[in-house]
Amino acid sequence: MFMKVFRIFGRNIRDAFKSVFRNFSLSLASIACIIITLIVVSIAMILSFNVNNFTDKVEKEMTIVAFLDRDVTLERIEEIKDEINIVNYIENFSFQDKMEISESMMESSTDYRMFLEKYTTRETNPLLDTFHIKVTDINKIEEVANELSKIENVNSVKYGEGMVEQLVKTFDVVKNISYGVVIALVIVTAFLISNTIKITIFSRKREIEIMRLVGASNLNIKIPFIFEGLFLGVLGSVVPILVTIIGYDALYKQFNGQVISPFIQLKVPLPFTYNISIVLLCIGVVVGMYGSWRAVRKYLKI
Amino acid sequence: MSQMSFIEIDKVKKTYKTGVTAIHDLSLNIEKGEFVFIIGPTGCGKSTLIKMLYREEKPDKGTITIGGINVCKLRNGKVYKVRRKIAVVFQDFKLLNKLTVYENVAFALEIFGLPNSEIHAKVLKSLELVGLKSKAKSYPNQLSGGEQQRVAIARAIVNEPRLLICDEPTGNLDENTSMEIMKVLESISSMGTTIIMVTHDTDIVNKLKKRTILLDSGRIVKDYKEGEYVHESI
Repeated sequence: MFMKVFRIFGRNIRDAFKSVFRNFSLSLASIACIIITLIVVSIAMILSFNVNNFTDKVEKEMTIVAFLDRDVTLERIEEIKDEINIVNYIENFSFQDKMEISESMMESSTDYRMFLEKYTTRETNPLLDTFHIKVTDINKIEEVANELSKIENVNSVKYGEGMVEQLVKTFDVVKNISYGVVIALVIVTAFLISNTIKITIFSRKREIEIMRLVGASNLNIKIPFIFEGLFLGVLGSVVPILVTIIGYDALYKQFNGQVISPFIQLKVPLPFTYNISIVLLCIGVVVGMYGSWRAVRKYLKI
Repeated sequence: MSQMSFIEIDKVKKTYKTGVTAIHDLSLNIEKGEFVFIIGPTGCGKSTLIKMLYREEKPDKGTITIGGINVCKLRNGKVYKVRRKIAVVFQDFKLLNKLTVYENVAFALEIFGLPNSEIHAKVLKSLELVGLKSKAKSYPNQLSGGEQQRVAIARAIVNEPRLLICDEPTGNLDENTSMEIMKVLESISSMGTTIIMVTHDTDIVNKLKKRTILLDSGRIVKDYKEGEYVHESI
């Protein structure tokens, strides 16, 4: 019994492979259709992921700055650290002593040096001790800022109010649109490919008719066609995968990994393009199989 | 009641969607191993009758039983079960031109998952029976019409069917070639396979002297026993 199933399976794969080549011109039509649509899908995905990558990065860079009162003591600062720790949605935070700040400011410009040199002790330093706080969820930034401002000795809290909310909203819209475009493209691709395969199978109505006549069950008839769809999908996704891997790498090198300004970074090609390739292969295979299955079903009386 | 016949057609009626009634209340029994001709003018319902036998069409009324299976009750998805016991040969051969003769015949066995050695033996035996062993590697369009029909017969019998239905198998062939085909069919019949053959060719019917059923307008006009039928040609 097992051997029998195994033999039928093996023959189905062999027949599927043969018929891809025996019906080469038709197979080519299906493969070309898969190639073109998958390249479009690939481009859309690369764009979408890069936009999302950029927005994610920007969101991650968003920091809340909390300034402390000028007269706060070092002991009190340690207590404030503990108090910040218990606030929700905080990813991490860092403390900058006002003496450190004045050091680095003096190094950065002689004008600052002239001005700051006179203040050599904590007590006289006109600057404020600061905490830099990063949040886990950008949508909670306002809430976190409010919590932080309630802590005693926290003088003021800044996070680019207004601008941040606006930016996050815009990014969300952009992300949703880009996901929507990719999903729509995948659906259109599925439809297009399955229709092309359907047309190519139409010419093989006779083959299906004869299979039925000699006593092939519906499953007997369907399986080789489904395997054929699988082969078409695999063959059709080879070119888009190569285009994606080689093309994106070339693009990345051409632009030195950034677009317009160093602020907008491209995603590093590896493993990004490999992941996209896997998705392309899956789309090709699934859509190829589905297309064949849908096409054969039409000629079977079920 | 007497023992069941191999094929029992009981009060079958078939009306097509167009309103044409092809078969009227037809009853017919065929025994195992018989060779039966079905003749009649064009449009008399011959094709409809045999289509119902291999379950391409379903009768509106009545029952058709083949070897104890009620063919009418089969769902479309289960039709293949009957098809594996019944083989059909057509006027237009229905071969796959992209497959070789050998592959065309083997096709019918591969779907059952037989081992290659067994398929090889059966296909060669079948091709030998129709006298085409030497053409196993040819493609159908490299063969003559008679040879193509013999390939179709080889494919039909390779699975050792209990019933062989022939729908005008000699319709496209000249007289000599037709007789060759008939010889092949007779030898298959002599091995115990039941054969039902639809034909226009009364010469063949006259020569073979088998049971002959004359149909007209969907009814049996006459059921001639073996040797009874003599075509009144001028």
